[in-house]
Amino acid sequence: MRIAFLILFAVALPIVLNSTDQAFYLSFASRILIYALAATSLNLVLGYGGMVSFGHAAFVGTGAYVASIAYVEGLASAWIGWPLAVAAAALAALVIGALSLRTRGVYFIMITLAFAQMMYYLVNSMKAYGGDEGLTLPARADIGFGLDLGDDVTFYYAALCFLALAIFSLHRLANARFGRALLAIRENEARAEAIGYPVQRYKLVAFVIAGAAAGLAGALLASHGKYVNPNILHWTQSGTLLVMVILGGVGRLWGGVLGAAALLGLEHLMAEHRIGWLAALLPDYQQHASLGVGLVLLAVVLFAPQGIAGLFSRQRHA
Amino acid sequence: MLEVSNLRKRFGGVAASDGVSLEVREGEVHALIGPNGAGKTTLIAQLSGSIAADDGRISFLGNDVTRLEQHSRVKAGLARSFQVTSIFRGFSVLDNLALAVQARSGSSLSFWRPVAAERALFDEARAIAADVGLGERIDTPAARLAHGEQRALELGLALATRPRLVLLDEPTAGMGPEESRRMIDLVERLRGRLTVLLVEHDMDAVFRLADRISVLVAGRVIATGTPQEIRRNAEVRRAYLGEAA
Amino acid sequence: MVLVLEQALNGLQFGLMLFLLAAGLTLVFGIMDMINLAHGSLYMLGAFLAATLVQATGSFALGILLAIPATAVLGMALEVALLRTLYARDHLSQVLATFALILILNEAVRIVWGTDAPMPMPAALSGPVELLPGMPYPAYRLLIIAVGAAVALLLWLVVAKTRVGMQVRAGASNREMALALGVNVPRLFTFVFGAGAALCAVAGALLAPLLAVQVGMGENILILAFVVIVIGGIGSIRGALVGSILVGMVDTVGRTFLPHLFGLALPPQFASAAGPAIASVMIYLVMAVILYFKPQGLFPARA
Repeated sequence: MRIAFLILFAVALPIVLNSTDQAFYLSFASRILIYALAATSLNLVLGYGGMVSFGHAAFVGTGAYVASIAYVEGLASAWIGWPLAVAAAALAALVIGALSLRTRGVYFIMITLAFAQMMYYLVNSMKAYGGDEGLTLPARADIGFGLDLGDDVTFYYAALCFLALAIFSLHRLANARFGRALLAIRENEARAEAIGYPVQRYKLVAFVIAGAAAGLAGALLASHGKYVNPNILHWTQSGTLLVMVILGGVGRLWGGVLGAAALLGLEHLMAEHRIGWLAALLPDYQQHASLGVGLVLLAVVLFAPQGIAGLFSRQRHA
Repeated sequence: MLEVSNLRKRFGGVAASDGVSLEVREGEVHALIGPNGAGKTTLIAQLSGSIAADDGRISFLGNDVTRLEQHSRVKAGLARSFQVTSIFRGFSVLDNLALAVQARSGSSLSFWRPVAAERALFDEARAIAADVGLGERIDTPAARLAHGEQRALELGLALATRPRLVLLDEPTAGMGPEESRRMIDLVERLRGRLTVLLVEHDMDAVFRLADRISVLVAGRVIATGTPQEIRRNAEVRRAYLGEAA
Repeated sequence: MVLVLEQALNGLQFGLMLFLLAAGLTLVFGIMDMINLAHGSLYMLGAFLAATLVQATGSFALGILLAIPATAVLGMALEVALLRTLYARDHLSQVLATFALILILNEAVRIVWGTDAPMPMPAALSGPVELLPGMPYPAYRLLIIAVGAAVALLLWLVVAKTRVGMQVRAGASNREMALALGVNVPRLFTFVFGAGAALCAVAGALLAPLLAVQVGMGENILILAFVVIVIGGIGSIRGALVGSILVGMVDTVGRTFLPHLFGLALPPQFASAAGPAIASVMIYLVMAVILYFKPQGLFPARA
């Protein structure tokens, strides 16, 4: 029942915003949808697979850059650029995952972080595609069918379709054999192996699926802003994605969506609305928004580790 | 069925397995006993594949499995249960066993079809639950089972993989006399259905169940034989000074 | 030839400073099994405190010497107040909490100091020293090498020869056993943390005149420290030393010579792009190769 309401809200949003002349928020809403997709892909690896990957931004970034480079090299069609982005991100996830998943615990976290940063430096040194200044795209990708992604409403619905598909797929996956095996691996890896699950193989599969979805999010992100630069691969972006997942609820179906909406919404609110008493304390507090994010994150980790989704449901897994 | 030749494993300066050789025949219940620290659990870990041996050979059903990964050994019919209960605490008993049945029955690289639709999976899980005496508790979350029930689930998980040979690591660990008796009955009922290598401290259980016994001391098997032979073995008595034999 | 030697020394210098960070971090990982992303922030705090204290006291040496215990105290306060509660938590919680700490500390520093705090090179050491005939080398960098080597030696002595060091080693290889043997674990943890913070401060203060003292300086070096620990093995000081020198050398020498080498071997249009690109990720490639053969690092402390 709640889902029906949510879908209705999401579909009706552009119409409402357009009619009340708040077109800017449409672009903002698209951003939330894209980050929700990225965060949901991380949720698969983290919440369902139990892998603390601190390098997920590498896959978002790979997707963003491959899609952008394809466009700049003359392949303006989204039907070419975006699948390429997904494939490239999946490949990156395969290579990084194959190397990283041989380790666990603290090692795994550090290695994913290091590899992601490696991608950042690699992309940074690609002078042909903007280097540290980034790459600007003349227009959004061409999706055909007479539809123009340059129109914010159209783009919003495209992003919404992808997100809906991702959530639905995650829901099916969680209840299918693979999802159950993954959850078992997350719960007790040694036992899962001892009853015959090829644990490392399945973790890698999950890692690659998540990487591919992240790549799609990256392609959408690059197209949306018509701009991509190496910072999208910076490890602090990986951190941001992790924050979204824990804020929204690790291992819960809507965790990525809720977390992206909450974090981006919070950041926007802090930047736009001046809180009187806070301004009295520290006049330029809005320059230090990260401090607020840090404090909120710390509070969530210490006191509400189940995130927002945890407040709504007592069930452990969606 | 299972042949272990000269298995060696060192941890730093300690030789946990110092040339272990033993042989388990098809259909028998073979007990492995030894004082604390003899290296029994390390041996089980090497046999099941969760630890790689430094040297030596493990042969199962005629095939060399020494370098084979654990999950492949399970698929070949070699399963284990754990001394320290290792179950899926967040899942119900039924789900625990269903997971094991699922692992056994084909690939889990299936992403769309809900598992709930696979009735055969859950029927088999129910059957195993009944087999190990958990028929009434299938919907209970594993974390809320009593210790004895958890040990039964532990056994059930190993059995669900339909092994040819099962490595039981102290199935009666931490159990009182009543629960122990129930567990011993359970293992007794396995006789004939599959081969068992049983690690145990409970000597009652050992002498009731075992067809043959191997004695592990300081990482080596010092004697193998029938329970009577082992009882009379002077070296074994020395190793077990003070223990009831 | 001279260039090679000079770059090698630079690599050694950087490697030794990296070691100071990695040593503290690897012990925290090994003994407390806790991933601490805010370690780089302690390095940053050390640098900022040193810059301020040098200016306040007018003496380079005094400023640095005061910054070290100050940072250690801050580190220990952080451990007791906050990080202690994280030991029992899962790694994800630790990652997120210490990530939050980075955000908070970065902004806190920005509020107190502004975005950066310049620290000038001490005049006495700003000149070159003639190491070999015809080869001048900055005196300050030699000081860093000397201090780094001395601290490494001191660290080795403490860990290998003292009682505390033995407890630390025991904890790194088997925490439960150390507990069972009666080691006062909470106090040991606080001590290890404080020591780690002090080492960070030394590195931060010494590197301050060379690199820029600015908000966010901790994060870049933190990742390098991670690479060092992955290469060297968690919980191993020896591994941290070998890893640091390796990383320092590969990074410094690689950046200088790899583009040159590429230029010799490849046609120019590839070399000019590939050279700097590969040079910048050289250490990560080395890490990947080592990982492939030794997933636990070169000298893992745990069996």
